[in-house]
Amino acid sequence: MRRLAVPVMLFGALAVAIVLAPLFLSDFQAQQAAYVGIYAIALIGLNVLTGYTGQISLGHGAFMAVGGYTTAILMTDHGVKDLWTIPIAAVVAGAAGFLFGLPALRLTGLYLALATFAIAVSTPAVLKKFEGFTGGGSGKNLFGVKELTGGIAPVHVLGWKLNFNNWLYYLCWTMALVLYVVAWLLLRGRTGRAFRAVRDSETAALSSGVSLAKYKTFAFGVSAAYAGIAGSLFAIATTYVNADTFPVQLSIFLLVGVVVSGLGSLTGVIAGAVFIEFLPLWAQDVSKSPGAPGVIYGVILIGVIFLLPTGAAGLLPGLLRRVATLFRGR
Amino acid sequence: MANFFQQVVSGLASGGIYGALALALVLIHRATGVINFAQGEMATFSTYILWTLTQNHGWPYWPALAFTLAVSFAGGFGVHQVVVRPVERGSVLRVVIVTIGLLLLLNGAMTWIWSGEVRSVHSPFPTRTIDVGGVAISIQDLGTIGVSIGVVILLGLFFRFTKVGLALRAAATNPAEARLVGVRVPLMLGVGWGLATMLGAIAGALTAPTVFLDPNMMQAVLIYAFAAAVLGGIDSPVGAVVGGLLLGVALNLLGTYIDFVGADLRLPAALAVILAVLLFRPAGLFGQRVVRRV
Repeated sequence: MRRLAVPVMLFGALAVAIVLAPLFLSDFQAQQAAYVGIYAIALIGLNVLTGYTGQISLGHGAFMAVGGYTTAILMTDHGVKDLWTIPIAAVVAGAAGFLFGLPALRLTGLYLALATFAIAVSTPAVLKKFEGFTGGGSGKNLFGVKELTGGIAPVHVLGWKLNFNNWLYYLCWTMALVLYVVAWLLLRGRTGRAFRAVRDSETAALSSGVSLAKYKTFAFGVSAAYAGIAGSLFAIATTYVNADTFPVQLSIFLLVGVVVSGLGSLTGVIAGAVFIEFLPLWAQDVSKSPGAPGVIYGVILIGVIFLLPTGAAGLLPGLLRRVATLFRGR
Repeated sequence: MANFFQQVVSGLASGGIYGALALALVLIHRATGVINFAQGEMATFSTYILWTLTQNHGWPYWPALAFTLAVSFAGGFGVHQVVVRPVERGSVLRVVIVTIGLLLLLNGAMTWIWSGEVRSVHSPFPTRTIDVGGVAISIQDLGTIGVSIGVVILLGLFFRFTKVGLALRAAATNPAEARLVGVRVPLMLGVGWGLATMLGAIAGALTAPTVFLDPNMMQAVLIYAFAAAVLGGIDSPVGAVVGGLLLGVALNLLGTYIDFVGADLRLPAALAVILAVLLFRPAGLFGQRVVRRV
């Protein structure tokens, strides 16, 4: 149990900080912070697949799109309350991920990257084509729909009155914290060990009795379910989805985020999520050109691979060790 | 029927472009075992250089093209030496991420330097059509087919009959033994990247007149080139070209005659090709089966 004391304390501190943060945030900042929570969920999912199981996905934006559209369609066409659409989005996206995991069993490394990239590129075209179902290019508007919690009147939770953005913030971060714990529990035991075995050597995993088919498709399913929840929250947060809400750039940014946060470790996901949300804004200080974020993303991505292969997650343990020695007095 | 032949010819023209870019991908994959996700942006970058030279500096087309090809070769060589070489022996994930980083970097740089506005690039070929047995065929399409096939033949001759070509093949097939007989392998792999980037530049220059030049111009073409390379067998240069031509014609006919596909579902159709080939015939039409020793 001693081994767990520090992580649990850190997690507790993080949870308290997250609960209290809106007191110090403006309405707009609360909304930005909500997006950070959404990206964190997607990054946990992508890390399960790419960081832990070693299966590259350049198409996670497509699974976010599945989740986002599930929510949007259920809310506008079927009168389902937004909160109830979130688990449904997780199931639908998870099923999509599981199904894609079946053909992906035969694809390794580069080919998987290629196939998932093609999926990300062709998703907007498919969404535009099936207009009757998805709303096509004009999309689905959730703003002012009565199924949207907090869209018209403030939300009352446990005696608190929350405006829409604060409500959004708490919704996204509650989901993020719960899903973080779920992923942590999943990865620390037998399943996580099997995932890592598949990543490190398929042959060795197979000869130790780890079923590649079972664990790869499971990783795809879990990962896509996380992306689906993120997509669902994204649709609720933007109150609007159309074919360009989940472009190929989103998939690429998620990959950047997961590399920056550190592959094969969940410690850095918030850093990765902050990076995705705020880098375009910070890039404005460097240059007003719309091309600046791309250049900076690219340079940082290559730089992280060269200089800091463990990402932000690798920075934290080193820092903690130093703090620990400081407290011991030596 | 005339329309059918017209569609076949214009399919061959776009197929030639896919084939050229697919060949660039194959060259790089053979040389360094990498699929270069930045190939499309590299091609677009070259096309911007061509555009700047002809529009802003008043160069005539052909010298501008020659200069662009030279710059592209140097650029491709440099990219390999600086960012790819340190990671190419490591895990696939790192290599893929580095080429994705290049994609973002180049795409952003193009928007930064030339702004996101669409530009038009002139074609070196007249836009007239000629009449062949009642079928109106555009000279531009014929020129595109001619250039792409000509380039492929030239490249084939270069690999087959020159000493550098032999060294390139040696470095790609068996780096260790090539080094033993005195081939400078890293240099040769860099040359492979340079050649591939030149091919990309040609593909870009051929694409630009039919669409408009913007930083995302080659994004869709890259997916078609992936599909073409996979269809032909990712290690087969002939396969890449044949795959490109087949894909170009097939997509054009599908788009014309099957209303459901139309112009919108061409990309998903290419995706379907990629998945189907990878699943049912991973070696493609001309590729060799990969035997994995464990």
